[in-house]
Amino acid sequence: MSEEAAKMFAAALAIAIGGLGPGLGIGILAAKAMEAIGRNPEAAGKVQVPMLLAMAFAEAIAIYALVVALIIKFV
Amino acid sequence: MSHITISLAAEPIFHLAGFPVTNSMLAMILAAILLVFTARTIGRHLTLVPGKMQNVAEMVIEFLLDLMNTVTGDRNQTKKFFPIVVTIFLFILTMNWMGLLPGFGSIGMNEVIHGEKVFVPFLRAGTADLNMTVAIAMISVITAQVFGIMYIGVKKHLRKYFNPNPTMTFVGLIEFLSEFTKIISFSFRLFGNVFAGEVLLLIISSLVPLIAPVPFFLLEIFVGFIQAFVFALLSLVFFKIAATAEEH
Repeated sequence: MSEEAAKMFAAALAIAIGGLGPGLGIGILAAKAMEAIGRNPEAAGKVQVPMLLAMAFAEAIAIYALVVALIIKFV
Repeated sequence: MSHITISLAAEPIFHLAGFPVTNSMLAMILAAILLVFTARTIGRHLTLVPGKMQNVAEMVIEFLLDLMNTVTGDRNQTKKFFPIVVTIFLFILTMNWMGLLPGFGSIGMNEVIHGEKVFVPFLRAGTADLNMTVAIAMISVITAQVFGIMYIGVKKHLRKYFNPNPTMTFVGLIEFLSEFTKIISFSFRLFGNVFAGEVLLLIISSLVPLIAPVPFFLLEIFVGFIQAFVFALLSLVFFKIAATAEEH
Protein backbone atom coordinates (compact mmCIF):
# COMPACT_ATOMS: atom_id res chain seq x y z
CA MET A 1 0.00 0.00 0.00
CA SER A 2 1.42 3.39 -0.89
CA GLU A 3 2.02 5.95 1.81
CA GLU A 4 -0.65 8.24 0.39
CA ALA A 5 -3.29 5.52 0.54
CA ALA A 6 -2.22 4.44 4.02
CA LYS A 7 -2.56 8.03 5.24
CA MET A 8 -6.06 8.29 3.82
CA PHE A 9 -7.10 5.05 5.46
CA ALA A 10 -5.57 6.11 8.76
CA ALA A 11 -7.35 9.46 8.77
CA ALA A 12 -10.70 7.94 7.83
CA LEU A 13 -10.48 5.11 10.35
CA ALA A 14 -9.29 7.45 13.11
CA ILE A 15 -12.41 9.56 13.02
CA ALA A 16 -14.77 6.72 12.16
CA ILE A 17 -13.75 4.46 15.05
CA GLY A 18 -13.12 7.42 17.33
CA GLY A 19 -16.67 8.62 16.85
CA LEU A 20 -18.29 5.37 17.95
CA GLY A 21 -17.58 5.57 21.66
CA PRO A 22 -18.59 9.19 22.20
CA GLY A 23 -21.69 8.70 20.04
CA LEU A 24 -22.82 5.85 22.26
CA GLY A 25 -21.85 7.76 25.38
CA ILE A 26 -23.80 10.86 24.47
CA GLY A 27 -26.79 8.74 23.48
CA ILE A 28 -26.83 6.94 26.83
CA LEU A 29 -26.41 10.28 28.63
CA ALA A 30 -29.29 11.86 26.80
CA ALA A 31 -31.47 8.79 27.36
CA LYS A 32 -30.89 8.86 31.10
CA ALA A 33 -31.51 12.60 31.18
CA MET A 34 -34.77 12.16 29.27
CA GLU A 35 -35.77 9.45 31.70
CA ALA A 36 -35.03 11.70 34.66
CA ILE A 37 -37.01 14.56 33.16
CA GLY A 38 -39.85 12.21 32.33
CA ARG A 39 -40.07 11.03 35.91
CA ASN A 40 -39.88 14.54 37.33
CA PRO A 41 -40.73 17.25 34.80
CA GLU A 42 -40.16 20.02 37.33
CA ALA A 43 -36.49 19.07 37.65
CA ALA A 44 -35.86 19.70 33.94
CA GLY A 45 -33.89 22.90 34.61
CA LYS A 46 -31.78 21.19 37.25
CA VAL A 47 -31.00 18.24 35.00
CA GLN A 48 -30.11 20.28 31.91
CA VAL A 49 -26.92 21.97 33.08
CA PRO A 50 -25.13 18.87 34.42
CA MET A 51 -26.24 16.98 31.32
CA LEU A 52 -24.66 19.60 29.06
CA LEU A 53 -21.49 19.43 31.12
CA ALA A 54 -21.28 15.65 30.87
CA MET A 55 -21.95 15.80 27.12
CA ALA A 56 -19.03 18.19 26.72
CA PHE A 57 -16.72 15.65 28.36
CA ALA A 58 -18.00 12.83 26.14
CA GLU A 59 -17.80 14.93 22.99
CA ALA A 60 -14.23 15.96 23.79
CA ILE A 61 -13.09 12.39 23.07
CA ALA A 62 -14.64 12.57 19.61
CA ILE A 63 -12.88 15.88 19.10
CA TYR A 64 -9.53 14.31 20.05
CA ALA A 65 -10.15 11.66 17.36
CA LEU A 66 -11.02 14.37 14.86
CA VAL A 67 -7.86 16.32 15.63
CA VAL A 68 -5.76 13.17 15.17
CA ALA A 69 -7.46 12.53 11.83
CA LEU A 70 -6.80 16.12 10.73
CA ILE A 71 -3.17 15.89 11.82
CA ILE A 72 -2.71 12.68 9.84
CA LYS A 73 -4.30 14.21 6.78
CA PHE A 74 -2.76 17.66 6.76
CA VAL A 75 0.57 17.45 8.55
CA MET B 1 -11.01 21.21 -4.63
CA SER B 2 -8.08 22.72 -6.42
CA HIS B 3 -6.63 25.42 -4.26
CA ILE B 4 -7.71 25.01 -0.65
CA THR B 5 -5.13 25.43 2.07
CA ILE B 6 -6.00 23.94 5.41
CA SER B 7 -3.32 24.63 7.96
CA LEU B 8 -3.48 23.19 11.45
CA ALA B 9 -1.14 25.85 12.81
CA ALA B 10 -1.98 29.52 12.53
CA GLU B 11 0.05 31.22 9.82
CA PRO B 12 2.26 34.19 10.67
CA ILE B 13 1.29 37.40 8.92
CA PHE B 14 4.24 39.56 9.87
CA HIS B 15 7.09 39.56 12.34
CA LEU B 16 7.39 42.07 15.16
CA ALA B 17 11.02 42.23 16.26
CA GLY B 18 11.47 38.54 15.47
CA PHE B 19 8.19 37.49 17.10
CA PRO B 20 5.76 36.02 14.56
CA VAL B 21 2.31 37.58 14.71
CA THR B 22 -0.25 35.10 13.41
CA ASN B 23 -3.65 35.73 11.88
CA SER B 24 -5.46 34.29 14.86
CA MET B 25 -3.50 36.63 17.12
CA LEU B 26 -4.84 39.56 15.10
CA ALA B 27 -8.37 38.21 15.50
CA MET B 28 -7.82 37.83 19.23
CA ILE B 29 -6.67 41.44 19.50
CA LEU B 30 -9.78 42.54 17.59
CA ALA B 31 -12.02 40.53 19.91
CA ALA B 32 -10.30 41.97 22.98
CA ILE B 33 -10.64 45.53 21.66
CA LEU B 34 -14.33 44.92 20.93
CA LEU B 35 -15.00 43.59 24.43
CA VAL B 36 -13.09 46.35 26.21
CA PHE B 37 -14.73 49.03 24.07
CA THR B 38 -18.23 47.64 24.73
CA ALA B 39 -17.58 47.38 28.45
CA ARG B 40 -16.27 50.93 28.69
CA THR B 41 -19.13 52.40 26.64
CA ILE B 42 -21.77 50.68 28.73
CA GLY B 43 -20.03 51.21 32.03
CA ARG B 44 -19.26 54.85 31.64
CA HIS B 45 -22.76 56.22 32.24
CA LEU B 46 -24.43 53.78 34.58
CA THR B 47 -27.83 55.02 35.68
CA LEU B 48 -30.28 53.64 38.24
CA VAL B 49 -32.97 53.34 35.57
CA PRO B 50 -31.03 51.60 32.81
CA GLY B 51 -30.98 52.51 29.15
CA LYS B 52 -31.08 49.88 26.42
CA MET B 53 -27.44 48.76 26.35
CA GLN B 54 -27.18 48.77 30.12
CA ASN B 55 -30.40 46.77 30.30
CA VAL B 56 -28.99 44.08 28.02
CA ALA B 57 -25.77 43.95 30.01
CA GLU B 58 -27.72 43.67 33.27
CA MET B 59 -29.84 40.85 31.86
CA VAL B 60 -26.78 38.92 30.78
CA ILE B 61 -25.03 39.46 34.10
CA GLU B 62 -28.08 38.47 36.11
CA PHE B 63 -28.59 35.31 34.06
CA LEU B 64 -24.94 34.31 34.47
CA LEU B 65 -24.98 35.08 38.20
CA ASP B 66 -28.03 32.88 38.75
CA LEU B 67 -26.50 30.09 36.68
CA MET B 68 -23.27 30.27 38.66
CA ASN B 69 -25.24 30.28 41.90
CA THR B 70 -26.79 26.94 41.04
CA VAL B 71 -23.29 25.47 40.73
CA THR B 72 -21.60 27.08 43.72
CA GLY B 73 -24.54 27.49 46.11
CA ASP B 74 -22.76 30.33 47.90
CA ARG B 75 -23.40 33.93 46.94
CA ASN B 76 -20.00 35.20 48.11
CA GLN B 77 -18.13 32.51 46.24
CA THR B 78 -20.11 33.33 43.12
CA LYS B 79 -19.06 36.95 43.36
CA LYS B 80 -15.43 35.92 43.77
CA PHE B 81 -15.50 33.53 40.82
CA PHE B 82 -17.67 35.70 38.59
CA PRO B 83 -15.04 37.93 36.93
CA ILE B 84 -12.69 35.19 35.72
CA VAL B 85 -15.43 32.76 34.68
CA VAL B 86 -17.45 35.33 32.76
CA THR B 87 -14.29 36.77 31.20
CA ILE B 88 -13.40 33.31 29.93
CA PHE B 89 -16.94 32.86 28.64
CA LEU B 90 -17.25 36.22 26.89
CA PHE B 91 -13.73 36.16 25.45
CA ILE B 92 -14.09 32.67 23.99
CA LEU B 93 -17.61 33.44 22.77
CA THR B 94 -16.51 36.63 21.03
CA MET B 95 -13.54 34.93 19.38
CA ASN B 96 -15.65 31.97 18.26
CA TRP B 97 -18.40 34.11 16.76
CA MET B 98 -16.05 36.61 15.16
CA GLY B 99 -14.49 33.73 13.27
CA LEU B 100 -17.76 33.32 11.40
CA LEU B 101 -17.83 36.86 10.05
CA PRO B 102 -17.25 37.33 6.30
CA GLY B 103 -13.60 38.08 5.65
CA PHE B 104 -12.24 35.64 8.22
CA GLY B 105 -10.36 33.00 6.30
CA SER B 106 -11.33 34.44 2.91
CA ILE B 107 -9.33 37.66 2.59
CA GLY B 108 -5.62 37.07 2.45
CA MET B 109 -2.60 36.76 0.24
CA ASN B 110 -0.89 34.05 -1.74
CA GLU B 111 2.49 33.16 -0.42
CA VAL B 112 5.14 30.61 -1.29
CA ILE B 113 6.11 28.60 1.79
CA HIS B 114 8.55 25.70 1.50
CA GLY B 115 8.22 25.85 -2.27
CA GLU B 116 4.44 25.45 -2.21
CA LYS B 117 1.86 28.03 -3.11
CA VAL B 118 -0.39 28.51 -0.10
CA PHE B 119 -3.16 30.94 0.68
CA VAL B 120 -2.61 32.80 3.93
CA PRO B 121 -5.73 34.55 5.25
CA PHE B 122 -5.26 37.76 7.17
CA LEU B 123 -7.76 36.82 9.85
CA ARG B 124 -8.65 33.47 11.42
CA ALA B 125 -10.80 32.62 14.41
CA GLY B 126 -8.79 33.35 17.54
CA THR B 127 -9.65 30.05 19.17
CA ALA B 128 -8.67 28.10 16.07
CA ASP B 129 -5.10 28.38 17.27
CA LEU B 130 -3.91 25.76 19.74
CA ASN B 131 -1.64 28.29 21.43
CA MET B 132 -4.65 30.41 22.37
CA THR B 133 -6.68 27.56 23.79
CA VAL B 134 -3.74 26.12 25.73
CA ALA B 135 -3.14 29.58 27.19
CA ILE B 136 -6.73 29.96 28.36
CA ALA B 137 -6.73 26.39 29.69
CA MET B 138 -3.54 27.01 31.67
CA ILE B 139 -5.02 30.20 33.11
CA SER B 140 -8.11 28.28 34.15
CA VAL B 141 -6.20 25.43 35.82
CA ILE B 142 -3.71 27.71 37.57
CA THR B 143 -6.56 29.93 38.81
CA ALA B 144 -8.18 26.82 40.28
CA GLN B 145 -5.01 26.17 42.25
CA VAL B 146 -4.91 29.81 43.37
CA PHE B 147 -8.52 29.65 44.53
CA GLY B 148 -7.79 26.41 46.35
CA ILE B 149 -4.94 27.99 48.27
CA MET B 150 -7.03 31.12 48.89
CA TYR B 151 -10.00 29.26 50.30
CA ILE B 152 -8.60 26.36 52.27
CA GLY B 153 -4.93 27.21 52.84
CA VAL B 154 -1.74 25.81 51.37
CA LYS B 155 -1.42 22.70 53.57
CA LYS B 156 -4.95 21.41 53.04
CA HIS B 157 -4.72 22.12 49.35
CA LEU B 158 -1.45 20.24 48.91
CA ARG B 159 -2.83 17.47 51.11
CA LYS B 160 -5.27 16.71 48.26
CA TYR B 161 -2.44 15.73 45.96
CA PHE B 162 0.36 14.53 48.23
CA ASN B 163 -1.39 12.50 50.89
CA PRO B 164 0.83 10.58 53.39
CA ASN B 165 -2.02 8.14 54.04
CA PRO B 166 -0.88 4.95 52.17
CA THR B 167 -4.08 4.25 50.26
CA MET B 168 -4.68 7.85 49.34
CA THR B 169 -1.16 8.46 48.01
CA PHE B 170 -1.92 7.03 44.58
CA VAL B 171 -5.27 8.76 44.40
CA GLY B 172 -3.50 12.03 45.13
CA LEU B 173 -0.86 11.39 42.48
CA ILE B 174 -3.49 10.59 39.88
CA GLU B 175 -5.33 13.75 40.86
CA PHE B 176 -2.10 15.70 40.39
CA LEU B 177 -1.62 14.16 36.95
CA SER B 178 -5.22 14.89 36.05
CA GLU B 179 -4.55 18.60 36.52
CA PHE B 180 -2.28 18.40 33.50
CA THR B 181 -4.70 16.30 31.50
CA LYS B 182 -7.30 18.96 32.27
CA ILE B 183 -5.19 21.47 30.40
CA ILE B 184 -4.95 19.14 27.40
CA SER B 185 -8.64 18.28 27.53
CA PHE B 186 -9.78 21.91 27.80
CA SER B 187 -7.56 23.13 25.02
CA PHE B 188 -8.20 20.31 22.56
CA ARG B 189 -11.95 20.37 23.09
CA LEU B 190 -12.14 24.06 22.25
CA PHE B 191 -9.53 23.95 19.49
CA GLY B 192 -10.97 20.82 17.90
CA ASN B 193 -14.50 22.18 17.82
CA VAL B 194 -13.58 25.56 16.35
CA PHE B 195 -10.95 24.28 13.90
CA ALA B 196 -13.14 21.44 12.68
CA GLY B 197 -15.97 23.93 12.23
CA GLU B 198 -13.71 26.15 10.16
CA VAL B 199 -12.60 23.24 7.98
CA LEU B 200 -16.21 22.09 7.58
CA LEU B 201 -17.36 25.54 6.48
CA LEU B 202 -14.43 25.86 4.08
CA ILE B 203 -15.16 22.52 2.42
CA ILE B 204 -18.92 23.05 2.19
CA SER B 205 -18.40 26.52 0.76
CA SER B 206 -16.04 25.13 -1.85
CA LEU B 207 -18.46 22.37 -2.83
CA VAL B 208 -21.83 24.17 -2.85
CA PRO B 209 -21.32 27.88 -2.18
CA LEU B 210 -24.98 28.85 -2.59
CA ILE B 211 -27.41 28.34 0.33
CA ALA B 212 -25.95 24.99 1.44
CA PRO B 213 -23.50 26.56 3.96
CA VAL B 214 -26.37 28.26 5.84
CA PRO B 215 -27.28 25.34 8.16
CA PHE B 216 -23.59 24.80 8.81
CA PHE B 217 -23.17 28.42 9.82
CA LEU B 218 -26.09 28.00 12.20
CA LEU B 219 -24.42 24.89 13.57
CA GLU B 220 -21.19 26.80 14.05
CA ILE B 221 -22.95 29.62 15.89
CA PHE B 222 -24.49 27.04 18.20
CA VAL B 223 -21.23 25.14 18.67
CA GLY B 224 -19.33 28.37 19.35
CA PHE B 225 -21.76 29.27 22.11
CA ILE B 226 -21.81 25.78 23.61
CA GLN B 227 -18.02 25.49 23.67
CA ALA B 228 -17.60 28.87 25.37
CA PHE B 229 -20.34 27.93 27.84
CA VAL B 230 -18.85 24.52 28.58
CA PHE B 231 -15.34 25.93 29.04
CA ALA B 232 -16.58 28.54 31.51
CA LEU B 233 -18.88 26.12 33.35
CA LEU B 234 -16.19 23.44 33.66
CA SER B 235 -13.76 26.06 34.94
CA LEU B 236 -16.35 27.10 37.51
CA VAL B 237 -16.86 23.50 38.61
CA PHE B 238 -13.10 23.00 39.01
CA PHE B 239 -12.82 26.24 40.97
CA LYS B 240 -15.59 25.07 43.25
CA ILE B 241 -13.97 21.66 43.73
CA ALA B 242 -10.62 23.28 44.47
CA ALA B 243 -12.17 25.67 46.98
CA THR B 244 -13.93 22.90 48.91
CA ALA B 245 -12.12 21.18 51.72
CA GLU B 246 -12.06 17.40 51.61
CA GLU B 247 -14.56 15.78 53.87
CA HIS B 248 -14.01 12.47 55.55
